[in-house]
Amino acid sequence: MGPLVVYDIISANTNLLLAFIVGIGFGFVLESSGFSSSRTLAGMFYGYDTTVLKVFFTAAIVAMLGLLFFSLFGWIDLNLIYINPTFLWSAIVGGAIMGIGFILGGFCPGTAVCAFSIGKLDALMFIGGLIVGILIFTEGFPLWKGLFYAENMGTPTMDKFFGIPQGLFALLMILVAFGMFYVGDWAEKKFPRDEY
Amino acid sequence: MSKNSNKKYWNPYMGGVLLGLVLLAAFYVSGRGLGASGAVKSAVVTGVQTVAPSHIESNEYYQKYNKSHPGGPLHNWLVWEMLGVIVGGFVSGAMSGRLKWKVEHSPKITSKTRLIFAAIGGVFFGFGSQLGRGCTSGSALSGMAVMSLGGFITMAFIFGTAFAFAYFARKLWI
Repeated sequence: MGPLVVYDIISANTNLLLAFIVGIGFGFVLESSGFSSSRTLAGMFYGYDTTVLKVFFTAAIVAMLGLLFFSLFGWIDLNLIYINPTFLWSAIVGGAIMGIGFILGGFCPGTAVCAFSIGKLDALMFIGGLIVGILIFTEGFPLWKGLFYAENMGTPTMDKFFGIPQGLFALLMILVAFGMFYVGDWAEKKFPRDEY
Repeated sequence: MSKNSNKKYWNPYMGGVLLGLVLLAAFYVSGRGLGASGAVKSAVVTGVQTVAPSHIESNEYYQKYNKSHPGGPLHNWLVWEMLGVIVGGFVSGAMSGRLKWKVEHSPKITSKTRLIFAAIGGVFFGFGSQLGRGCTSGSALSGMAVMSLGGFITMAFIFGTAFAFAYFARKLWI
């Protein structure tokens, strides 16, 4: 039963080896899907390429359903799965700042590392920027400490927050994603991509 | 996407299913999802620790980090995962003939402009990922998979803000 490391089925070092292997899969899929190109990633926000939308939401749904089914089959204990805590204001402001970084830089941290692995020098600059941004945050921590800890809501999940069963939320999420995929296809027809 | 531009890349739904399975594997093994900014943070903390060890002790955030991540960067799940990303990305690029030193940019801007904005974007993203407790991978994607409210909020604000500012940044891309 999983998670393997929590149940001591694998050792800490095996866990790190598996991290490396999972990472290889992560990088391979990102690169093969086009996430090593800032043009593809930024295309999301101009409608000419909605690959990001499709890959991202398909992945979220597959993993979400996978966890539900694994739990149903008794393969994984969902109580031991890490749920990201919700600090309302830092989630909002942090997300907004990341959004600005995304549209200016054309990458997010994972895709930048992936793009650098095939030789993109703009990705290397982005990673340099990441280091500076993280340093600014850590060095100036007292300045934004209040915001960082504000409105701690614990670890609410969407199903509990809205008071609906997990399966129903997953179904709604699938329907919303399909709607967005449809809009994505429409956008790609409406905003053709300039080739260069 | 036009007909020929993305032929070399996978179908996005196939890529999405495989990415979802990778994410599921991460949960099954470690109980946590994928992440990226956490690995960069680990590198930053290690760097500062090497250069200015006394400085670490006076900074609350470094202390908090070291307490929650004993053992240093070589015992950090995300560091090994991101090393794997470099290998996986490289292998995929090699198999598809995409390995090349390159600054990818719109013809309307110079390489220099692209590099400057890439760095500025990185600074914003690095800062935001710390404030938001994770980036697109760790907070948004992994958070959504476990139905975390915070994950959905962060995802909505990353993409929403990028859409809102897309008009002002259009010369960089179209």
